[in-house]
Amino acid sequence: MASNLPGSVRQFGVAIRALLVFTVALGILYPLAMTGVAQGLFHGNANGSIVQVNGKDVASDLIGQAYTMDSGKKDDKGDPIMVADPKWFQTRPSAIDYDAMGSSGSNLGPNNPDLLAAVQERKKAVAALEGVSESQVPPDAVTASGSGLDPDISPAYAALQVNRIARERNLSVQQVQQLVKESTEGRTLGFLGEPRVNVVKLNNALAAL
Amino acid sequence: MSDTAAGLLQVGALIVLLAVCYRPLGGYMARVYTGEKHSRVERGAYKLFGVDAKAEQTWAVYARSVVAFSAVSVILLYLLQRLQHALPLSNGLPGVESGLAFNTAASFVSNTNWQSYVPEVTMGHLVQFAGLAVQNFLSAAVGVVVAIAVIRGFARSKTDRLGNFWVDLTRTVIRVLLPICILGGLLLVAMGVVQNFSSGHEVTSVVGQAQTLPGGPVASQEVIKELGTNGGGYYNANSAHPFENPNPLSDLFEIFLLLLIPVCLTRTFGVMVKDKRQGYAILGVMGTIWGAFVFLATLFETQGAGTATRAAGAAMEGKETRFGEWASSLFAVSTTGTSTGAVNAMHDSFTPLGGGVPLFHMMLGEVTPGGTGTGLYGILVLAVLTVFVAGLMVGRTPEYLKKKITGREMKLVSLYILATPTVVLVGASLAMGLATARASILNTDSPHGFSEVLYAFTSAGNNNGSAFAGISANIPFYNTALGLVMLLGRFVPIVIVLALAGSFAQQQPVPVTQGTLPTHKALFVTMLVGVVIIVTGLTYFPALTLGPLAEGL
Repeated sequence: MASNLPGSVRQFGVAIRALLVFTVALGILYPLAMTGVAQGLFHGNANGSIVQVNGKDVASDLIGQAYTMDSGKKDDKGDPIMVADPKWFQTRPSAIDYDAMGSSGSNLGPNNPDLLAAVQERKKAVAALEGVSESQVPPDAVTASGSGLDPDISPAYAALQVNRIARERNLSVQQVQQLVKESTEGRTLGFLGEPRVNVVKLNNALAAL
Repeated sequence: MSDTAAGLLQVGALIVLLAVCYRPLGGYMARVYTGEKHSRVERGAYKLFGVDAKAEQTWAVYARSVVAFSAVSVILLYLLQRLQHALPLSNGLPGVESGLAFNTAASFVSNTNWQSYVPEVTMGHLVQFAGLAVQNFLSAAVGVVVAIAVIRGFARSKTDRLGNFWVDLTRTVIRVLLPICILGGLLLVAMGVVQNFSSGHEVTSVVGQAQTLPGGPVASQEVIKELGTNGGGYYNANSAHPFENPNPLSDLFEIFLLLLIPVCLTRTFGVMVKDKRQGYAILGVMGTIWGAFVFLATLFETQGAGTATRAAGAAMEGKETRFGEWASSLFAVSTTGTSTGAVNAMHDSFTPLGGGVPLFHMMLGEVTPGGTGTGLYGILVLAVLTVFVAGLMVGRTPEYLKKKITGREMKLVSLYILATPTVVLVGASLAMGLATARASILNTDSPHGFSEVLYAFTSAGNNNGSAFAGISANIPFYNTALGLVMLLGRFVPIVIVLALAGSFAQQQPVPVTQGTLPTHKALFVTMLVGVVIIVTGLTYFPALTLGPLAEGL
């Protein structure tokens, strides 16, 4: 070691060497080894819990999707305006239209007038679609999630949609309720998180009928 | 089960998990930093670094090592981002623009993990796992070793040596962080977190719409992001993203991870100063304030104030269905009390006072329980101040852990306490004075806009990294200003606290007498809680009245 160098210069030399060693160990070996083991032990999870319907990759069980259709109208920018497709269970509003390459919430504040207007408009739309009064529309149906990719809705919002799905698909209400039940999860271990219905699983089950 | 019962059980389960780990991990860490033996891997590492593992350093050399290592880290991380386009596994993304690259390098090296960018479309896999994740380990380790040096300042006497930075750093990585990360990372994959190198998986939904699902070695990074109180998300939505935090169990595990080391370090402290009651007292202060903030945040979020919130019926904007108000509030308080800054819900959309809770929690200086190491040395500085104030009241020379607190120590303590608020408030005022900076505010209609700016500088100065994310911070002003605030907020306090430790280490211990204020009893715990809230909190009171208080009251 060049011990005749001033202390601060010597510390920089050590720093560079240490950083390179740690980068190889923690930045290359660690993630590679973890990926190897994870792919071996938990292949499905490690690759995003992809699910298939009729042999095709349709979704990840964990990532929400938009179940919408072209309304035929265009917005100011000339893009088609998408509306809820009544044949499918609807997920929550999303600040990013379920574009999984740019997860985000709306970040609008609790008193933001634009958010207030959006909530009121969504409430009206959901009430009209389901044929119920606005007071029956649950909060998750009119608020955007934090990730913009929430696959879940509340059991209340799922129950609200059952009659419409039964009508649109010529199924009995009991049949649809049974499907909802199969995609419903209670609180984990009975007390963690919130009860919820996974809309992606539910709609994939509808598609597989 | 009612919401309240389930929510309380959730908090209770978290506390039980931490309690189970408190003694084993705290005691283990004490042995890590007092043991004489070096393992074979460690000896190899010291040879590669070119350091003599037996040579201990003075506080000044220790501080120089911290600064040199961090400076080199900033430079390497900056270059990795700038050269991304020429490197493999970059998902075809271009090099990162210079202002943003500086901001991000400063952010990850200072353990802040403020993110002015959308990761999915800015940082390729290589920059994430070979650059950002490496700093997640190293910046956390730097925080821990500084805390250890400070503990040695109290535990040792009549020496000018505080230990060897390179040995402490290597041991932290190899003996503490890495084993927990390997186990915890695999547990996260078992719970559903992704771990791959895919640059995007195409699916076509049952209604025929295409969706690209992002990939990445997420679990291996997620675990150190929480354990090292870093907080930088692999994805933009951070721990609200289902691939980072898929269910309520992974959520509880992530909250546990981010509290684990800061909590257990109080045990390490107690063991190393040979009085475990001192560790319990410090933990008591941290736990009291953390608990009070969890209560307040949950209360405000479940009440659901705000015009838009009331119209919706509950504060679910920016929250995930699987977490709801309770788990989101618990995460928000834990992430802002630990300088982590990960989020499982968007704080910008919290209710007016509910969003003020995480903001105020950061302002306390990240000591409840604080970041890895930073929380412990931060609260020890405040403990010294508390003893000093108590000494003034009764007219005695104050002492803490048998060390006299003289003029020199108090000057350092005062500098430490003023450093962070100064950079935060000067930065925030500057931003409000500049039209270009004001233009970045999203919620322009109310005091909420000021809260976004105040939150940004508070988060940067206290090295938290969470945001009222509506603010468009990726402009030259914020990238530069916040980058500087992060570096100053990190390294100025570190140098001061190491100087303080050096000063204590040189002293001869004073004998405990009847007049000594016992620092392990309820009286001292209460006083320290008061000092934390009053001294640091009130510094920011005028600023808080302009933001969340004006909006919420």
